Amino acid sequence: MPDDSPMPAGTTAAAVAAVADFNAEPGSPKADPILTADNVSRTFGGLKAVDVEHVEIQRGIITALIGPNGAGKTTFFNLLTGFDRPDQGSWSFNGADISGQPAYRVARLGMVRTFQLTKALARLTVLENMRLGATDQRGERLWGSMLKFLWRDQEASITEQALELLDRFQLAAKHEDFAGSLSGGQRKLLEMARALMAKPELVMLDEPMAGVNPALKQSLLGHVKSLRSDGMTVLFVEHDMDMVRDISDWVIVMAQGRIIAEGPPDTVMGDARVINAYLGAHHDAELTIEDEEQILATAQDELTTGQEDTP
Amino acid sequence: MSWLDVFTQSFEQMLGPSAVFYCLAAIGLNVHFGYTGLLNFGQAAFMMVAAYALGSMVATWDQSFWLGILVGFGGVIVLAVILGLPTLRLRADYLAIVTIAAAEAIRQVLGSVSLVEYFNGQDGLFGFQQTFENLNPYNGSVGFTLGGFSIHWSAYDFFVMTVGWILIALSCMIVYLLMRSPWGRVVKSIREDEDAVRSLGKNVYAYKMQSLTIGGLFGGLAGFMTALAHNPSPSDFATDTTFFAWTILLLGGAARVFGPVAGAIVFWFFISGLDLFFDKATSDNLIPDAIMDANQASLMRLIVLGLVLMLLMIFRPQGIFGDRRELAIDAR
Repeated sequence: MPDDSPMPAGTTAAAVAAVADFNAEPGSPKADPILTADNVSRTFGGLKAVDVEHVEIQRGIITALIGPNGAGKTTFFNLLTGFDRPDQGSWSFNGADISGQPAYRVARLGMVRTFQLTKALARLTVLENMRLGATDQRGERLWGSMLKFLWRDQEASITEQALELLDRFQLAAKHEDFAGSLSGGQRKLLEMARALMAKPELVMLDEPMAGVNPALKQSLLGHVKSLRSDGMTVLFVEHDMDMVRDISDWVIVMAQGRIIAEGPPDTVMGDARVINAYLGAHHDAELTIEDEEQILATAQDELTTGQEDTP
Repeated sequence: MSWLDVFTQSFEQMLGPSAVFYCLAAIGLNVHFGYTGLLNFGQAAFMMVAAYALGSMVATWDQSFWLGILVGFGGVIVLAVILGLPTLRLRADYLAIVTIAAAEAIRQVLGSVSLVEYFNGQDGLFGFQQTFENLNPYNGSVGFTLGGFSIHWSAYDFFVMTVGWILIALSCMIVYLLMRSPWGRVVKSIREDEDAVRSLGKNVYAYKMQSLTIGGLFGGLAGFMTALAHNPSPSDFATDTTFFAWTILLLGGAARVFGPVAGAIVFWFFISGLDLFFDKATSDNLIPDAIMDANQASLMRLIVLGLVLMLLMIFRPQGIFGDRRELAIDAR
């Protein structure tokens, strides 16, 4: 679909090249942000899961959102896409404020997400899964739905578009099978293809590589890259560092709900703050016997004083 | 009563007025549960609102029969919105809790002493079917005799059946047209995973509300037919009414257009057959009194029904019309 995508493929290279000029600091401004978020926070009980001061996502490139487990990446995703409500904060997509908008409206604006646990519609065929993705369908309105002549033509063009996409994602042979009969990796492919049916400008992938075998990983990587060359912006959450290094143009690192670093993949992965977040601040210091004894003594002290203090 | 009568009377029941209104109620549940995945355990509430709206408009407030029908449909829509507003944003179980409670609450209110001047308490409403009766083209008894089998219905029952089965045919057609459309695709997708549907830009809440209302309107049709077939009283709309309709849906096969039709026919043939069989067997002393007397025999049908339902769920959970392939897929 390069013809109706928001940005011609030729400018992709320019967008990627522009990355070099961005300041590699948390919350740094971008030349042409598609998504901007300010002061977004979300607490679960006493835990501050997300506390993002400012972040901008550049248009036309692949941005990775990484961080150790529990860093708040998926929660941040849920907030931005309207699947969860923040305590406070605002964010805008293409310059329009979309904070607090319900998920379906966010999707209609062109910001479509996938899920960490794949959500294939099991008892619908692969083709029906795809057709569902198309937006603005006349036949989806209750009153017109019973009159087939109102939606027959649109349905035909949707089907054509769906089959093209299935072909590209190597699922064309399976289009009559129930989605529930697909393998885990094929479901990931289907979910990505289905998201494209909605003609998004920003594709948000939540752990696209989770549970995918190595052989399929390569083809998935290729598909994600092809989204960029089609002019779409990609933001993805991922744990697989090889993938992050391989395909992302820009990396944002979260830890304990905050954004702690930003930058091109190679710079970010050498950043001391990032290494500390993943491995702990003293991961490379050796523990001597004296240190160990001291830690034990402090712990012992705390225990005994703790007992006396207890009323 | 001969053994032949056991068969012919079961046959009459199989297509009779009861089968008609339970079939319509099950068609409504099919839209709710089979296609959208909504757990409505209060279909009796929709039937009751329609039946009582019609009955009380004519019998209590002296309005026209057709206005009663309109008010009945209006009442059903209002009920669907009231039940849906707070629950459809929540997990599926909340709708189940609210519907079963609402059905009981409405039944208690309609049967209450303080409203006896409007709804006539536990005796229910009567004497409002005149307009409908005047349309009856049949006289005497209608039916056929084939070989030794004599199958006959009273003229009025047969009229109710005629109208009822036409309504069932129309309802099946509406369900078929809805479910083959993109609207039906969205609704079926909601049954599978509503977050996925939301992420693709569909207003899930609105679709669920539409589905709840449409299924409720079929329940309303069932209520009208109940009211026309006999005088409706609160005991006609107890929780077992809803659960009989559920049994019919599961027996026939959920998410199939003709599932409720097949389910209703099979259900009413067996439920009345079993009743008549045990009645006959105990009165002929085929089953001695030491084992079971006639009073106990009347409960046997429910015991056997429960057993059949269990066996059905174990060995053919997709029902008569269901698709085994669909079931092989773990939906969660």
